[in-house]
Amino acid sequence: MNQQPGRSGLIFNEPLLWEKSREGRCAISLPNSDVDRVELDPELTGDAPELPQLSELDVVRHYTRLSQWNFGVDSGMYPLGSCTMKYNPKTNEVQAARQGFAGAHPFSGDEFSQGAMALMYNLEQYLAQITGFNAVTLQPAAGAHGELAGMLMIHAYHAKMGKQRSKIIIPDTAHGTNPASATLCGYESINVKSGEKGILEPEIIAAVMDEDTAGIMVTNPNTLGLFESNIKEIADIVHAKGGLVYGDGANMNAIMGIVKPGEIGIDVLHLNLHKTFSTPHGGGGPGSGPVAVTKALEPFLPIPRVEKKLDSYKFVTDCPDTIGRLHTFYGHFGVMVRAYSYILSMGAKELKNASTLAVLNANYIKESLKGTLNLPYDLPCMHECVFNDEFQKKDHITTMDMAKRLLDYGFHPPTVYFPLVVEGAFMVEPTETESKEDIDQFINAVKAIVKEAKDDPEKLKKAPLLTKVTRLDEVTAARKPCLRG
Amino acid sequence: MKEINDLNLPDDVKYTKDHEWAKQDSDTVTVGINDYAQDQLGEIVFVELPEVGDAFSEGDEFGSVESVKAVSEMYIPISGEIVQINEALEDAPELVNESCYDNGWIIKVKPDDVSELDNLMDKAAYLDMLKG
Amino acid sequence: MRYLPHTKKDIETMLKVAGHSSLDDLFNCIPDDLKTKNTIDIPESLSEWELNAHMEDLASANIACKKYNCFLGAGSYDHYIPAIIPYLISRSEFITAYTPYQPEVSQGTLQGIYEFQTMVTELLGMDVATASHYDCGTALAEAALIALRKNKKVNKIAVSGLVHPSHRQIIHTYISPTGYEIIEIPYTKEGLTDVGALKGMDDIAGIAVQSPNFFGNIEDLKIFKTIADEKKVLFITSFTEAIAYGLLKNPGSFGADLVAGEGQSLGITKSFGGPGLGLLAGTKKQMRNLPGRLIGKTKDANGDDGFVLTLATREQHIRREKASSNICSNNGLNALTAAIYLATTGKIGIREIAQQNHDNAVYLKTSLEKVGFESAFDTPFFNEFVMKVPEGFEQKRDALINDKCTFAGISLEPFYPELKNHYLFCATETISKDDIDQLAKEVQ
Repeated sequence: MNQQPGRSGLIFNEPLLWEKSREGRCAISLPNSDVDRVELDPELTGDAPELPQLSELDVVRHYTRLSQWNFGVDSGMYPLGSCTMKYNPKTNEVQAARQGFAGAHPFSGDEFSQGAMALMYNLEQYLAQITGFNAVTLQPAAGAHGELAGMLMIHAYHAKMGKQRSKIIIPDTAHGTNPASATLCGYESINVKSGEKGILEPEIIAAVMDEDTAGIMVTNPNTLGLFESNIKEIADIVHAKGGLVYGDGANMNAIMGIVKPGEIGIDVLHLNLHKTFSTPHGGGGPGSGPVAVTKALEPFLPIPRVEKKLDSYKFVTDCPDTIGRLHTFYGHFGVMVRAYSYILSMGAKELKNASTLAVLNANYIKESLKGTLNLPYDLPCMHECVFNDEFQKKDHITTMDMAKRLLDYGFHPPTVYFPLVVEGAFMVEPTETESKEDIDQFINAVKAIVKEAKDDPEKLKKAPLLTKVTRLDEVTAARKPCLRG
Repeated sequence: MKEINDLNLPDDVKYTKDHEWAKQDSDTVTVGINDYAQDQLGEIVFVELPEVGDAFSEGDEFGSVESVKAVSEMYIPISGEIVQINEALEDAPELVNESCYDNGWIIKVKPDDVSELDNLMDKAAYLDMLKG
Repeated sequence: MRYLPHTKKDIETMLKVAGHSSLDDLFNCIPDDLKTKNTIDIPESLSEWELNAHMEDLASANIACKKYNCFLGAGSYDHYIPAIIPYLISRSEFITAYTPYQPEVSQGTLQGIYEFQTMVTELLGMDVATASHYDCGTALAEAALIALRKNKKVNKIAVSGLVHPSHRQIIHTYISPTGYEIIEIPYTKEGLTDVGALKGMDDIAGIAVQSPNFFGNIEDLKIFKTIADEKKVLFITSFTEAIAYGLLKNPGSFGADLVAGEGQSLGITKSFGGPGLGLLAGTKKQMRNLPGRLIGKTKDANGDDGFVLTLATREQHIRREKASSNICSNNGLNALTAAIYLATTGKIGIREIAQQNHDNAVYLKTSLEKVGFESAFDTPFFNEFVMKVPEGFEQKRDALINDKCTFAGISLEPFYPELKNHYLFCATETISKDDIDQLAKEVQ
């Protein structure tokens, strides 16, 4: 039990693709051509692109070796705060790969795409049920894209009301995407501080909310892992001045079946299917960022929308108040299939159970580590908790050093240096799919590292020691960018 | 990071509250960021420069300096036209760290009104500001 | 539930440590009036086998479930996907990793995307390519914003009417809230962007042209570059069929400042239109204006080569409200898929596949002409082209789908109301001569 998962093993060096390339090799089975060759005007054609020339085994070995340098949820615990790195069920992959879905052309026509459209329609209904909203769009391709969609709807709503507004309130605990999305709509961000208890105070919002402010962007639970318990009062203040409340649903994994954001004053909410609904992160994407809205905002949803008439589905584009189109086709359909499979596998009861256990796991870690690491906000947390390196300062050990050392112990580090309101933040989100034994191993690893910080700080400064590469020179990477081989 | 007393703050330049420095040569004013600013930012990886011929009013943002994980805007201490930029910074932004008052200067401005420099702080006033 | 590992005993122990008496107690920090009184009204949970049956039902309700002949393009293309691609990309170290924020344990993703960036620059003849975007439409909208923000005096961008209709709509969605506008460049009777009309357009911040364009025709990018230079504005090109650049002269050789493209053709399933792969590339001068992730090569503390996310100061988590884009992901797994595809086809394969696309499309066009279809434009094309169809074609087309699983082209009327009875046809390397002969016979 005390043995940690991390250890060194045999990994392979592997050069860049073009270093393996040899003139004349080709790894694809070329189709037999049975029509005449027709040369295009040489004015229009160029030389063949200088792509690497490899055999099939060259390619297979290359990517197999590369994969072995990666850490994934399937390799070990990945308690990256705010990212919800839960287990990605394998049956989801099987469903998405079905020929009827994977092979479907987006312009096949409604009549011949009823299965895909039924799935989209149902998924919209399920997400509306989970969040307590009236309608959902699945079109946004990622969380940030959903956020943009939501802000564009707020923008369109105010335009429709006859007077555009110029500002938007954003708390200091917000994700960096919030102000960036607001800027894309031409709104100036009004930054407000959370109160002493790490949550927003209604008085602070009342002081800045006026009739030139489009609304507020709130993440609930917030990035400190705390529930914004004044949300209803804050929403009332914003609504009284004609503003709208944007909910960042990145942390929905804490409250499924407990709180429905649509019932507590939020007007528009984005979800991340790749967080709460178990679709894989894929090394950075593709994700999917559906947006749920109240009845008042439904006319502004992006087009096309899926409608059900009797038992058949069709795409509708005739929506005069729509914000328009955000994706070439209908969004990341393949990701939707996976999330749909997940929701059907879970059912309402297990979704609520998932949130409950995610919160249990986080609170268990918080209590188990709170003497070991400093806990700036010692309050009951939701699905994640935020520590920092205050106790280690006297040994000149930083959050980064501890994070790097965790790699040697076989864990992916938590999110570090975010949220910005906690200096040296160390933000742990275990998710519900980690077992008590794995969490205990993680807790023991952190405790061992904190002990090392006192006894052998140099070791931490040099960590990680077991990985393929050690700490990388990011300064030179940015000073003299080398972005292609 | 350096203690306030360890900062290199020459007497022959003027300081702004945003930690730029300005120095009058013959008919131009040279502008850079001071030792405190470069030390706070850490290793500088990129300097975003204006173009020669651009005109600014005092207090306008004229460029930015970047470390790996931070961006800091620079504000012009005097109204005028950019007559020269330090092109060496394009390939060697580290000059700002190594020599912020000398090889790491950033722009030269032809001032509209040189007396605006009188609004800036001298070393003593700037130190008082840092100490709060 | 098989995804939830907690035993009853675990829960008891953990609750005790956490200082709570029951699971419900964990939510005491939420005021009661904010808790929902309603259950989640969705179907009961399904076993894996029930799920399989349900999903196969849905999948079968799509015609694509059968072997079908796809003469459809318009932004989504049917190409062979070699077996090694799904095999390699299914490795869970790729699928279940997050953004490579900890480079020491993410070198697989990082080197893979660095190689992707390199091969994209090679394909397009550009200096820099990003780690990818959502799709071509969103990448093109980002490119338009770069041009508009750079030029503070004007608020319009000229976009060819032969840029994919969805892409034009996306640009509009992205730029209009901040007061920017699109001026649409009309098209000529040759099915090309109207150069003369563009020349008369003043006060623009950039020019965006798609080649091959939405009609499949190959644009003369050289002329547009000349005009962009005369007007001193950015020249943006786009494309929906990446395989075309296995054969055609690349946009970099025409002096494009920014290139936005769709990479779905590079080993990625059509998947009802997404996720695809947004490509975005630029000249060195545009490097710091490009939104989205970039991977760079560097050294580790031991002096060994390694890769990291770099130039992060352009991004939203640092620049916040000053960031030019809010993008904070990339279609990473699809970028890796495209990289594997490009490595698999290589220099020889991509050329041959591109040539076969062109050959098949020419054969398809000639065959349709022989049975009474009329060529709409007499202009060189890659693998798509427009035909005016004979009367009664629409009924035959529906029957072909139902009876033979053959999708014969896409009607252009919904996109260009003036083009009644015009269809956009596509032929890739997956179409055989027999398939084409069969189609010609059926629509005769």
